[in-house]
Amino acid sequence: MQAAPGLVRVLGVVIARDLRLAVRHWDQVVQPLIFFVVVTTLFPLATSPALAQLRQIAPGVIWVAAMLSSLLALESLFRPDVEDGTMEQWVLSGQPLSVLLLAKTATHWLLSGLPLVLMAPLVGTGLGLPASAWSVIAASLALGTGCLSVLGAIGAALTVSVRRGSVLLALLVLPLEMPALIFGARAIDLAIHGESVTGPLNLLAAMLLLFVSLGPWAMAAAMRISVEN
Amino acid sequence: MLESTASASSSAALAVRDLHLWRGERHLLRGLSFTLRSGELLQIIGANGIGKTSLLRCVAGLLPMETGEVFWGDKPIRQVGDEFARSLAYLAHLNALKGDLTPMENLLASVSLRREVTQELLESTLARLQVLQCAALPVRSLSAGQKRRVGLARIVLLDAPLWILDEPITNLDRDGIEIVEHCIAEHLNRGGMVLTAAHQLLLQGRPEARTLELH
Repeated sequence: MQAAPGLVRVLGVVIARDLRLAVRHWDQVVQPLIFFVVVTTLFPLATSPALAQLRQIAPGVIWVAAMLSSLLALESLFRPDVEDGTMEQWVLSGQPLSVLLLAKTATHWLLSGLPLVLMAPLVGTGLGLPASAWSVIAASLALGTGCLSVLGAIGAALTVSVRRGSVLLALLVLPLEMPALIFGARAIDLAIHGESVTGPLNLLAAMLLLFVSLGPWAMAAAMRISVEN
Repeated sequence: MLESTASASSSAALAVRDLHLWRGERHLLRGLSFTLRSGELLQIIGANGIGKTSLLRCVAGLLPMETGEVFWGDKPIRQVGDEFARSLAYLAHLNALKGDLTPMENLLASVSLRREVTQELLESTLARLQVLQCAALPVRSLSAGQKRRVGLARIVLLDAPLWILDEPITNLDRDGIEIVEHCIAEHLNRGGMVLTAAHQLLLQGRPEARTLELH
């Protein structure tokens, strides 16, 4: 037997495989993104195009839409791998399951979080926000969707053995995501009014670090329980 | 690998001691014990639902056991942990293949977690299992028997001393069964160990092939 491949190689192999799979069915991958754009553009139509009013609701609209769109992609995060037996092989791969699941979570963010970040100027324009706020929208979404991906992955690992567990997943994950929602929306709100945004953004960054460092262990523990059944 | 298995050939490499297993209310395995030595094939037989798959999952470490112990060398597997996992190639009912990827991509992604493989090695293994002609097709379009062969190619590629195969010849034609027997015989000759659950016995009449019937 040869020496086992290093962790960086393992991360690379899993991310490359998942990105390749995403390219093969890109139509499913873009759904959360389209959902996000459609929901945020519906609000000016449904409420009022008056700038003052839009700017008041914009932070909340952007963040609630981001949360729901992240949730849409969660259901298919681990389920296919568990159903076709790949997850069992990962448990037996001799590589730390936490690293394998972190790699999957990173890919999930690349496909469902990063596109939202890149949409910040479009969504900002749609809601009549000043161009000066775009960078803050992007930053708050970048840090915040990272938090959403990790928390969501823990929930997905816990509910993966539950049949039709998507409602349970939402009930489990959404309350945990509230701090990200509050600070993320607050940052955009402050940016619209031209005030300093370092406070909420720093808090989001701290939360992201905490979740990324501790989340993979929770995912692995939850996944081991799910695979046993 | 050859050296280590040669020196260990006299002592039991995999030992199951007094294993009890319940699934829900049913007491499936009642105090099962067996040993598997280097160069041996042990085939678990028994009726459907008797607990063959549960036994294999238990030995692989996927299913926690209530009482009893599985030893790898002289240590229980729960102490050995990842080292045991790296000595193991496990083929379940499911082949663990992604329908949207080709056999080559599937094997590269799963085997690379364990060891480095070259394109040539992947191709020669697929050729050995006679599925090289579908190496570039998505697995979704393969027949059930061809998928099983790709699943078996993964086992061969993992280069692990212990193979645990859950009904390896499901969906295989006569040629396929012959290839599997050949792969297993070669693995045993190199000092490997094979534990299978089966309805149809492989390598019949060979001294290194034993059976164990569950009641």
